[in-house]
Amino acid sequence: MSYQTLLDAVIKGDIKTATEETLKAVDAGRNAQDILDQGLIEAMNIVGDKFSKGAIFVPQMLRSAKTMQECVEVLKPHFKENAMTTKGNIVLGTVKGDLHDIGKNLVGMMLEGAGFNIIDLGVDVAPEVFVDKIKEAKADVLGMSALLSTTMPSMPLTIKALADSGLRDTVKVIIGGAPVTRKYAEDIGADSYAPDAGSAVLEAKKLFNLS
Amino acid sequence: MLIVGENINTSRRRISEAVENQDAAFIGQVAKSQADAGAHFIDVNAGTFVDREAEYLCWLVKTVQDAVDLPLCLDSPSPKALSEAIKHHRGEPMINSISLEKDRFDEMLPIVTAHPCRVVALCMAETAMPVTIEDRVQAGAELINRLTSEGVALENIYIDPLVQPVSVDTRMGNAVLGAIKTIMNDFPGVNTICGLSNISFGLPARRFINRTFLSLCMLQGLSAAILDPTDKRLMANLLSARMILGKDEYCGDFIDAYQNGIINKE
Repeated sequence: MSYQTLLDAVIKGDIKTATEETLKAVDAGRNAQDILDQGLIEAMNIVGDKFSKGAIFVPQMLRSAKTMQECVEVLKPHFKENAMTTKGNIVLGTVKGDLHDIGKNLVGMMLEGAGFNIIDLGVDVAPEVFVDKIKEAKADVLGMSALLSTTMPSMPLTIKALADSGLRDTVKVIIGGAPVTRKYAEDIGADSYAPDAGSAVLEAKKLFNLS
Repeated sequence: MLIVGENINTSRRRISEAVENQDAAFIGQVAKSQADAGAHFIDVNAGTFVDREAEYLCWLVKTVQDAVDLPLCLDSPSPKALSEAIKHHRGEPMINSISLEKDRFDEMLPIVTAHPCRVVALCMAETAMPVTIEDRVQAGAELINRLTSEGVALENIYIDPLVQPVSVDTRMGNAVLGAIKTIMNDFPGVNTICGLSNISFGLPARRFINRTFLSLCMLQGLSAAILDPTDKRLMANLLSARMILGKDEYCGDFIDAYQNGIINKE
């Protein structure tokens, strides 16, 4: 059986059909990881691609992401010993002193859709908190967001904290947020810059050598 | 309806380049086009230049006021940049903005009380973005009480209910509209202000959404808006909404704008 109906349902954001199709695939004996990779993540790749090209818009993307999350819930009990394989661990957060979370949440949802494991630390995250969580989660990538010129300097401070704790070589850093520019990312020694949620996925894949 | 022209913001590429190149002629032109279109204040924002924000903001203040005879809306979350910029400003500026976040309130307050000015107060709670009408009204009320108790006149306070995208949460439109209505009712004399474009983030046909949103906000009593005054359709919307709401005697401003070519038939 092909995943076409499942793909279409996730892309459309039709939770009912998508969860039914997920169960059908399980009942047909398909491997849960295969359903995740070839069905759900593949669908979200298409969604991300359409979003990047401006063919679909934020509410449609959110609806697809929500649909995928529901399908993952259906799928979870069918992984042997919780052995769901993700593409890697990404710690995400809005920097210290900054409470803006809309863009960061969109990025988190799209990265999750692309198959990454997201550890979202929320808003107002201090450098030392980022460092602790990166250690704890053995994260490969750190994503930081800032919406204010006054809070952006917390980004280089966090990068410095990573260096001070010996983690800088094992963690790639990607940053974004309205006032953040590619030049700023270069100036502070971040590894990557993403102006929006669609490009965050593309950049993350590059950082993990997946594209 | 007080109009704050939003076009001089370094998050826009051409403005950013002009600021870096110290291109006073270009900035002056952008200021003038907004003044001609009916702006009462010109917003200046250099927030993308983290290390040089204060320096560039000061340059913008001088450059814009050389070009137009209008007060400015000094737009920055940084008390340092604002306290520098205000020294170069002629007349009474609008300070954008203060909020209940502790450091920002404490550092911004002396700037606001030391100078005759208007102040934009953001309905941000101390630790989170507002979600509901009540979150906004509560933050707004606290800002009004604290600012007036420090001697800021009620009519110099512009409460910004903090517009968030409906694309992410469809309750966000009503949350702002309800907050404007309640704040204007509860504190007669205070002003409300908002930027329009956040409402349409993530959606197509944004200008259309922004225009409709402006009309709905005005119905709730919005008294000021940060917008692109050179957008003729937006200004036509603003002027016609204002007229319909009974704030344009003999429909004079609307007709003037039509006869002066600021708005046209379509």
